[in-house]
Amino acid sequence: MAPHEIRRPFKRRPISDQQKRRELSLLRQSQHRSDAQQRARNLASSVISLQSSSPDVDPEILFEAAVPELDEGTESESSSFDVRQASRLRGPEARKWFARQLMLPEWMIDVPDNLSRDWYVLARPAGKRCFVVSSDGTTVSRVRNGSILHHFPSALPGGARKKGASGPANSYSILDCIFHESDQTYYVIDMVCWRGYSLYECTAEFRFFWLQSKLAETGACDPPSFYHKFRFSAVPFYNCDQTGLHSAYTGSLPYVKDGLLFYNKHAHYHTGNTPLVLIWKDESCSQYVIDTDNNGEVPNQQHIVLELQEEGKLVTSDDPPVPFSCLNADFVKQSGLLSGSLIRFAIGDGGLNCVDGRFEKADLQYIGVSNRARAFADSYSKIMFQYMARHSPLKVEDLASTISHENQQDKTPEVEMSD
Amino acid sequence: MAMEVTQLLINAQSIDGTVRKHAEESLKQFQEQNLAGFLLSLAGELANDDKPVDSRKLAGLVLKNALDAKEQHRKYELVQRWLALDMSTKSQIRAFLLKTLSSPVPDVRSTASQVIAKVAGIELPQKQWPELIVSLLSNIHQLPAHVKQATLETLGYLCEEVSPDVVEQEHVNKILTAVVQGMNAAEGNNDVRLAATRALYMALGFAQANFNNDMERDYIMRVVCEATLSPEVKIRQAAFECLVSIASTYYEKLAHYIQDIFNITAKAVREDDESVALQAIEFWSSICDEEIDILEEYGGEFAGDSDVPCFYFTKQALPGLVPLLLETLLKQEEDQDLDEGAWNIAMAGGTCLGLVAKAVGDDIVPHVMPFIEEKISKPDWREREAATYAFGSILEGPSADRLMAIVNAALTFMLNALTNDPSNHVKDTTAWTLGRIFEFLHGSTIETPIITQANCQQIITVLIQTMKDAPNVAEKACGALYFLAQGYEDIGPNSPLTPYFQEIIQSLLSVAHREDATESRLRTAAYEALNEVVRCSTDETSTMVLQLVPVIMLELHNTLEGEKLSMDEREKQNELQGLLCGCLQVIIQKLGSEPTKYMFMQSADQMMGLFLRVFGCRSATAHEEAMLAIGALAYAAGPDFAKYMPEFYKYLEMGLQNFEEYQVCAVTVGVVGDICRALEDKVLPYCDGIMTQLLKDLSSNQLHRSVKPPIFSCFGDIALAIGEDFEKYLRYSMPMLQSAAELSAHSSGADDEMTEYTNSLRNGILEAYSGIFQGFKNSPKTQLLIPFAPHILQFLDSIYMEKDMDEVVMKTAIGVLGDLADTLGSHVGGLIQQSVSSKEFLNECLSSDDHTIKEAAEWAKHAITRAISV
Repeated sequence: MAPHEIRRPFKRRPISDQQKRRELSLLRQSQHRSDAQQRARNLASSVISLQSSSPDVDPEILFEAAVPELDEGTESESSSFDVRQASRLRGPEARKWFARQLMLPEWMIDVPDNLSRDWYVLARPAGKRCFVVSSDGTTVSRVRNGSILHHFPSALPGGARKKGASGPANSYSILDCIFHESDQTYYVIDMVCWRGYSLYECTAEFRFFWLQSKLAETGACDPPSFYHKFRFSAVPFYNCDQTGLHSAYTGSLPYVKDGLLFYNKHAHYHTGNTPLVLIWKDESCSQYVIDTDNNGEVPNQQHIVLELQEEGKLVTSDDPPVPFSCLNADFVKQSGLLSGSLIRFAIGDGGLNCVDGRFEKADLQYIGVSNRARAFADSYSKIMFQYMARHSPLKVEDLASTISHENQQDKTPEVEMSD
Repeated sequence: MAMEVTQLLINAQSIDGTVRKHAEESLKQFQEQNLAGFLLSLAGELANDDKPVDSRKLAGLVLKNALDAKEQHRKYELVQRWLALDMSTKSQIRAFLLKTLSSPVPDVRSTASQVIAKVAGIELPQKQWPELIVSLLSNIHQLPAHVKQATLETLGYLCEEVSPDVVEQEHVNKILTAVVQGMNAAEGNNDVRLAATRALYMALGFAQANFNNDMERDYIMRVVCEATLSPEVKIRQAAFECLVSIASTYYEKLAHYIQDIFNITAKAVREDDESVALQAIEFWSSICDEEIDILEEYGGEFAGDSDVPCFYFTKQALPGLVPLLLETLLKQEEDQDLDEGAWNIAMAGGTCLGLVAKAVGDDIVPHVMPFIEEKISKPDWREREAATYAFGSILEGPSADRLMAIVNAALTFMLNALTNDPSNHVKDTTAWTLGRIFEFLHGSTIETPIITQANCQQIITVLIQTMKDAPNVAEKACGALYFLAQGYEDIGPNSPLTPYFQEIIQSLLSVAHREDATESRLRTAAYEALNEVVRCSTDETSTMVLQLVPVIMLELHNTLEGEKLSMDEREKQNELQGLLCGCLQVIIQKLGSEPTKYMFMQSADQMMGLFLRVFGCRSATAHEEAMLAIGALAYAAGPDFAKYMPEFYKYLEMGLQNFEEYQVCAVTVGVVGDICRALEDKVLPYCDGIMTQLLKDLSSNQLHRSVKPPIFSCFGDIALAIGEDFEKYLRYSMPMLQSAAELSAHSSGADDEMTEYTNSLRNGILEAYSGIFQGFKNSPKTQLLIPFAPHILQFLDSIYMEKDMDEVVMKTAIGVLGDLADTLGSHVGGLIQQSVSSKEFLNECLSSDDHTIKEAAEWAKHAITRAISV
């Protein structure tokens, strides 16, 4: 029996860097595994939610059940929960409900940081923004105010009564689209649910990737046929660097453009107004930069729509609302305006006054109660963008120079690696 | 039946290759054709005093090798073969072996001792050869010294081979009595006394009951302590080895003896032979280890009554122990820093001092500071080095508050010494000490930073300068830089290192390219520091990291272009490939996400090409590193990784087949998971091959068991990726999961290590179930899983009842309950309601403090509610 040597590590780290790499890899892998499982579970849960709503329940009861949900606000969880019940909603309820399901861009009134790093840019097709829902063998598209645009068969999952259609019977998909009249095509700008999988909690980066890879597989991009009445097409998107911006702005596309949309890559699908999606327009990429009136004419003065609140306060549709002005109590009484009404104003020569980039006061001239088809007042960013468009617009050069400035900052002198 | 084997055994040791080969083949043939005759012949040869020593020794060795092997599966085979032999053969062999113990030839006796222990290792657990211990001990007092010595040695080996629970306490008592009597000073023969002392070392694990008995323990301790004073150095060394082992095995029984032991060890450290002094220091290192563990576990507040309390032996010994250790620091060897294998009293003393600091914290500081202050500027390098080493040693343990002022005052001195001290040894230790300062006193948790805007520049300049010093010093400077970077790990968007980033990277690359970089691990240290600098870098410097990509790729490329290399050069080349692949792995993880992902991915094709070429070289480390890097690349590339699969697949398969270098296999299994998540359903075409390989791995008894749990998890990854297409694998994977589940459900009463393994196995199995359930979700094929539900629920119940699961298993298990309810819904509502898991277990998880467990439980509750409400 030999003596037992003892030797302890001397001037050494207890674990080698290789061991550290190994451990970090394992950590990364188990993190990703649990993320993947978590995702699968979330997706699955939304399907459970839907399965629990059995189709033979009286629509009236469903209707009533859905209303309290609306009052509680628009959480993304409830939105996927209710989409098929909500199809049965009618009138103003439906309008409100669907309007709330779309992610609404703010208008770009200043250029966000890290545009080239964190944002995608895409050319918005001109046309009607709508929600396309395919389920139970049919496809329905609804415009922003909830009214049905088309009811048709499509190659989307569950979108047509066709034998051998893939996917479980009660799976459904929801796409965020713009219907482009001239080529009768639904241009898909975002994917909200796919085969019953909710993408609400996924980043734009993931949704766009999913959209590009999944849509084509179904044949929805094929030309129209008996079981597929309209063609779908995914809108090309770019990283918002110089090249991307240039491609989106000047690139030739099969559709007429209506401005540029900017999506923050990390943003989830957030229903309602969000500063993480921005719309920007100028004359050369949109026919409708400055709002027109009912006759399609650009009015001399900028018109805005605000919501009347208690005590005559006038606010925008933002959350929280931005107060713009106040109506005289007597005037409110005289004209019989109710709290909640949407009122149209013109901006007078006094214009909008801003201090430190925040709105301070406006010269508003009362026009009258707004068109009944409107569901909401204007947002702050829209009012500001329109105002700037008339006075000192944000130009494409401004965007480009911001991006190139960002790049300069990133760039550091050449590194020479040598012995 | 027996045969004359003398000539064969002598020929098998011939210098003539042909003769030797022929003899070896004949022996092998004999073994294969007639195992009983073969073993009997060998035993006969060994026992025969008329035969030459050489043939007898080899006979013993061959016999031993026919009973045991390193590889588990081979060992199992050999054991089965021995057990299958007829009783008469075995009895004859045993008799030969016992007879050999009285041979006058020492080597032959020693060989026989080892063979007897091997046979005992096989037979005692089977309740065979019950008379062995009695017959060994029957007349030990009457035996001639050389037989007594052989008998004690046999007992020692036997204790090493056999687990304590197969030896009856009565026999244990007899063994210990014989051994301790053999150690006693009254034993006149030194060989006997040495054999007895070494045998005690082996037998200590058997002495639990005896150490619980005050009288017996006192006796054993007295004899051991007396043996440390034996005039024979080997006996003293063996006796101290016993004390070291007692320190960790019977820590809680030492209070009564610790003062005496201190005196004995102090004397040995100061006066005895180095081999003895090293063991004496090791005694205190072991005591520190124990106390560090105890204090870590209870956070200093001991409350329980069944566990081991801390007796604070180290703290009580401080006034005597610290000066003792400080003295040893002055006994450095001239070139110890240049010799990888060096281990001497100064190194052991310093290491022990570090452990003392960890065990007692702040209390050590006043005992060490006067020594440091007195010697740090002395003309003799030994004094300066000892002072510095003492300082570096006590940096882990005491609080930052206690050390901060001292360290701040010392920093400038250290930087100066690093530049100007004439002694290589002092510089080595100084650079190491700086590294320790950065390791323990620099980082986001430290309130007042050591490194400030005022001194950062100087520190970096000095370190970079030191990297040009002798390889051993430069290596320590790289290590210091490693911790310097690590301290800025979570600094936020702006790192103080940013202005120096480029210079640091350049310097590290230059170091890695030094002609002498292969000395003193310098090249490894340079790449490790580079990795850490990259890992801890911020977005500010990502462009520079991007520029590093082609540089490292070019280096890797160059290693692959090697001409004909010697063995030694090839080994160094492979090591370098491993380092470079490791470095690329770190870079991939740094750059593979936004905003650098796009730029980085431009290099992906080329990089992948290089990794594939690395697989062409024969080096397990390089393969493992390349595999890890590919896993990271797959994650970064996502579905685009599909384009590499046709070429990469064969290496993936090779990795999964690599049983021998199981680390490569384990890493490859992890990469399969990465690929599944990256490719999702696009991985399908490769799944037949991968699953076949994974199933083979699971059924192999050659593969290291630690790889098996990850393979189960990998089933889950695959199922989640390919969904209902996993159907075709169900009939293979489900039975395997089921039998592994049964195995892991009933392994209670095992030791900690076994419990840990069981839990990792459970976790793997559960992750597989999770992935399979979620993968089949929403598919009409869901019903295929219904038949497995009862078993899975039972498995969950049994895990819960066993009460030995860890938190990871708890979370995964409750998740599986939810997955099962979610996927199978109302089909299993009734079953779920009957299970314990859906009630007590779920409730326990719902009220867990761990939010991830709670979250999983809430989800499971939700899924169950739906499953049973329909």
